[in-house]
Amino acid sequence: MTEVRVYRRPIPTWWWVRKRTYFVFVMRELSSLFVGWLVVYLLMFLWAVGRGEDAYADFLDGADSPWVVALNVVALLFLALHVVTWFNLTPQAMDVRMGSRRVPAAAVIASQYAALVVVSAFVFWLVTR
Amino acid sequence: MADSIRLEVTRYRPDSDSEPQLQEYDVPLRQELTVLDGLNHVKNEVDSTLSFRWSCRMGICGSCGMNVDGEPRLTCATFLSDYAPGPVRVEPLANFPVVRDLVVDLYDFMEKLPRVKPWIIRDDDLSVDDGEYLQTPEELDAYKQFSMCINCMLCYAACPVYGLDPDFVGPAAIALAERYDLDSRDRGARERLDVLIEHEGVWGCTFVGECTRVCPKHVDPAGAIQRYKVKAAKESVKAFLLPRGAR
Amino acid sequence: MTRRRIEPLVWLMFSGGGVVAAVLLPVLAVLFALALPLGWVSRPDHGHLVAVLGNPLTQLVLTGVFVLLLVHSAHRFRYTLYDGLQVKLKRTTAALCYGAAALGAVAAVVIVWSIG
Repeated sequence: MTEVRVYRRPIPTWWWVRKRTYFVFVMRELSSLFVGWLVVYLLMFLWAVGRGEDAYADFLDGADSPWVVALNVVALLFLALHVVTWFNLTPQAMDVRMGSRRVPAAAVIASQYAALVVVSAFVFWLVTR
Repeated sequence: MADSIRLEVTRYRPDSDSEPQLQEYDVPLRQELTVLDGLNHVKNEVDSTLSFRWSCRMGICGSCGMNVDGEPRLTCATFLSDYAPGPVRVEPLANFPVVRDLVVDLYDFMEKLPRVKPWIIRDDDLSVDDGEYLQTPEELDAYKQFSMCINCMLCYAACPVYGLDPDFVGPAAIALAERYDLDSRDRGARERLDVLIEHEGVWGCTFVGECTRVCPKHVDPAGAIQRYKVKAAKESVKAFLLPRGAR
Repeated sequence: MTRRRIEPLVWLMFSGGGVVAAVLLPVLAVLFALALPLGWVSRPDHGHLVAVLGNPLTQLVLTGVFVLLLVHSAHRFRYTLYDGLQVKLKRTTAALCYGAAALGAVAAVVIVWSIG
């Protein structure tokens, strides 16, 4: 092949703000940061519970501060994005079958939300009874 | 509807240009005219030096893929009237090196496709005299969707992972591997898995899903890749758990 | 024979973590990060929490949950750094991300099993 000087177009750093689908994708991926934060937060909470009644109360009082609440609200918003995108993508990522019939996507998505409700109800009951 | 529409077309001449530039052309605007028709008007009536690929002009050959207003599209299937009043930006297919004007270098894909062995693999040496392979409609449906790929490369243009990491095998190649894995006549799944289980195989994919969105043939390469990951994971678990003989 | 690769197993843990993050993490986050601090729900008795958290079954589940969540988070963030921010140091980011997850996992085991 004769040598031709091909031009390689560079990818700009902000490539992902140019298209809505790319932007949502990166936001979805950034939810991982907030999942990590929530794990750290929960571990700190458990650590406080383990240290005794006063530590437990102090921790929850500390968590009431505006910055912590704001951070956790943002974390929960990103977590919500993870939940919605994860559930929506599952039917595409997996060929779910009952016997030989393909389970429709809507059923796969609905059953995941059902699982979310059931698990949430169980944990809520377990903690507050 | 106006009589004409402006195209902003990438021009690049490797011998004389250091980088691509946009050149404007006014082309006729009619209800039924496509971007490809506009480009052919330019080449036939206005500027015969414009270079671009096309062939069937009906969405089956996969030659005319370009970025229209930033979206990877088959120009023969993209109507000018959808962009009225314009202008419409027509650029070479993204994520590939530009050879000249709107023509891109597809060598990378040509090198990657044979790596996934996109053909029926069997170890029995049957000949035509042995008769046809029989396949039920259900067995056909299992892989039919993935066989619709026309190798137009729009999925590679849409994939940010491929743009950022050219080592990534890419959507169409993996979808075609899955097409053969799912074909009841094929026995080559293990060989393809050995290729795609590498880091630049399926694991580069972060399930952006843009490939599926732009595919003109509704192949769903993103789905194929995720299913391939599940398959690879199953095989890995088996490899760890089962003794050699049972595998 | 398929060569042994670590990527499929990391991906499995990432997927498991994704399911856990979607199905279990929301209630934990809403309860302990918002509802209890802000007083939407009355604070459970400390002794009751210790009883629930000190149960070996809870501790086993929580260990698994935290490990999966940490792997999920590290795996996804590592790819975000590479694709989103184009941080090209593949090995360094992998080491930092999975390393942080490993440290977090150790911390989780210590904390979870120290209760009760």
